[in-house]
Amino acid sequence: MSFAWANSYEPKNDFTKWLDEKLPLPRLVYNAVGAGYPVPRNLNYMWNFGVLAGFFLMFQIITGIVLAMHYSANTEVAFGQIEHIMRNVNYGWLLKYAHANGASFFFLVIYLHIFRGFYYSSYKAPREMIWLLGVVIFLLMMATAFMGYVLPWGQMSFWGAKVITGLFGAIPFIGEPLQVWLVGGYAPNNSTLNRFFSLHFLLPFVILGAVILHIWALHIPGSSNPTGVEVKAESDTVPFHPYYTAKDGWFLGLVLSIFAAVVFFAPNALGHAENWIEANPLSTPALIVPEWYFYPFYAILRAFTGDLTIPFTGIVLIEAKLLGVIAMFGSILLWFFLPWLDKSPVRSGSYRPLFRIFFWIFVVDMAALFYLGGAKAEEPYIVLSQIATAWYFLHFLVILPIISQIEVPKALPFSITDAVLGKKEPAAPTAAEPAE
Amino acid sequence: MTIRLGGILAGIAITGVLILWSLMPGLFNYASPEKPDYYAFQEENIAPEGGFPFDGAFGTWDYAQLQRGYQVYKEVCSACHSLKFVAFRNLQELGYTEAEVRAEAAQWEVPGIDPKDGSMIKRPGLPTDMFPSPYANEVEARAFNNNALPPDLTLITKARKDGVHYVYSLMQGYNEPDPEDVAKSPDFETPAGLYFNEYFYNINIAMPPQLLDGIVTYSDGTEATEEQMAQDITAFLTWAGEPSLIKRKQTGWFVIGFLLFATLLGFMSYKTVWASKKAEKKNKAELI
Repeated sequence: MSFAWANSYEPKNDFTKWLDEKLPLPRLVYNAVGAGYPVPRNLNYMWNFGVLAGFFLMFQIITGIVLAMHYSANTEVAFGQIEHIMRNVNYGWLLKYAHANGASFFFLVIYLHIFRGFYYSSYKAPREMIWLLGVVIFLLMMATAFMGYVLPWGQMSFWGAKVITGLFGAIPFIGEPLQVWLVGGYAPNNSTLNRFFSLHFLLPFVILGAVILHIWALHIPGSSNPTGVEVKAESDTVPFHPYYTAKDGWFLGLVLSIFAAVVFFAPNALGHAENWIEANPLSTPALIVPEWYFYPFYAILRAFTGDLTIPFTGIVLIEAKLLGVIAMFGSILLWFFLPWLDKSPVRSGSYRPLFRIFFWIFVVDMAALFYLGGAKAEEPYIVLSQIATAWYFLHFLVILPIISQIEVPKALPFSITDAVLGKKEPAAPTAAEPAE
Repeated sequence: MTIRLGGILAGIAITGVLILWSLMPGLFNYASPEKPDYYAFQEENIAPEGGFPFDGAFGTWDYAQLQRGYQVYKEVCSACHSLKFVAFRNLQELGYTEAEVRAEAAQWEVPGIDPKDGSMIKRPGLPTDMFPSPYANEVEARAFNNNALPPDLTLITKARKDGVHYVYSLMQGYNEPDPEDVAKSPDFETPAGLYFNEYFYNINIAMPPQLLDGIVTYSDGTEATEEQMAQDITAFLTWAGEPSLIKRKQTGWFVIGFLLFATLLGFMSYKTVWASKKAEKKNKAELI
């Protein structure tokens, strides 16, 4: 692993020498995120979000563990327990708001991290495994965040849980018993709250494990970079520490300042007022929507309004609800196939003129889905979300494979060093290193 | 190749199903809308002139206002609405002394247990008690209120969209319906036992108008107009919903200040660390 010119760890004193023989943990850290990991020198700020995501994972685990010390997973008391944290626990309000908004920021940086991957094709060989693990992490995050939102046992907690667990009921034959088994009853109840709390505590550590695999897989080919040209020589790289620790460090400070502005001055801006009302199974809220970070997928779920029927017979092949569920899960699962759907040998979107146009259309499409997922289920939002959903699937499944076939990429720089130092002699496109 | 072909086929299939079975019928319905006209409630809330003292990043509590608001809650709202997450001891945060809080709590009756025979009794409140509910349970509450349930007020300013301004607006929303809008909404009526309030999502609310001019006599001599009382009760309920509001904002300035300073130091060290690499780029550019 790593490059031949990577700095090697030299224990400095007797203790670290002793430790290095018995358990070379400092060596591991040194090689993973220290001076022993050579990184392309030309990374732009889009490469900062991986470290930020790691930071927010740890932030959520730490605030979450302290919150769990004061919380109680029982439907009789859970809502009041949150008020207990807000009012009676020292700086409990800070913990609660930091954890709730921390989830939002975690998703924000993850989305930027994923879109970095889309633009620079970070999923292409030899980095497919990093991408696949990343999709697994994202799915685990979604499950964790969903269950976490149920814990305050407000109106949105209850009704959100009811809608999302109800999705399993759409599966033919086994759907209903499966749903009852998952929920522990016919509607979310005390058993549901207990198991969600248990899983909400467990899953972050599963995510942590997947993150370790993600970083391990990253260190085999090394980090990608904005040119998409692989590292060729020592002059293409700098050691991770101090170069990228310094860059990530100040950028983390900037993001944390923005995070603090939200936590201290608008802590409820990203939430729903409904969730400050205690869960009431007899009173349905006018609009049931998940947290903002699920909006695109919620829009895809709701886009399917008509059953798939055989025309003029009225025979229903697949119900609309099941279509929506398939599409919603499919919309993320298809990311697993991305390395093989996009076969263009050029990685970076900057050298792919046709891809770049469609990438930005896709960004607009995703922004539309973000908006429409939180909108009321009425026209024109339904029609718009149907168009945006159709484009989402066309982009990944039809447009990407076709443009990777027909596109003529721009000339790539010979090396990262040339790209950084501005050498004016580009290699011919045919000389570009294939992504295989 | 198989994956790409399969992907294209799957993509066409799913978009086809979406367009033909969901989008087309949807567009057809959209093109022929039949929208019933109804009297829509006022979603834009009003705000007091000059805003509330706790508004904005530098907001503070006006303790005299909070105490007036508490008086309105005690003398008007508490007849029907509970405040279940607030304890009497919390009143010290409104500027009352410990002795005043003790005396205040004693004026309220809370459920208790007779130490002699264990029967359920009412006893005077202690600072550690929570504000008592006016009704024994939901059934009793509905029985007294034309089958409507008066909500707990602790979190009301957070549990409604734009809640602070909503409470302030609702308190003053018992106006006459706009005759033009009434004419446009054939089904509009205010049933007996309900009251027209343009800020309530259902237009007709079960709560009668409460803040009639002079319904309380403020101990600090402030004139108890409807607008004044609406401001005061809103301020009190904002405090009740989020007692840490001001402390939160003050802490926020300190934290952001610290973080920005740390960011500045981090940025300067970033510049120092990268200086040689940037110089390399500059030198090379000059050579060329």
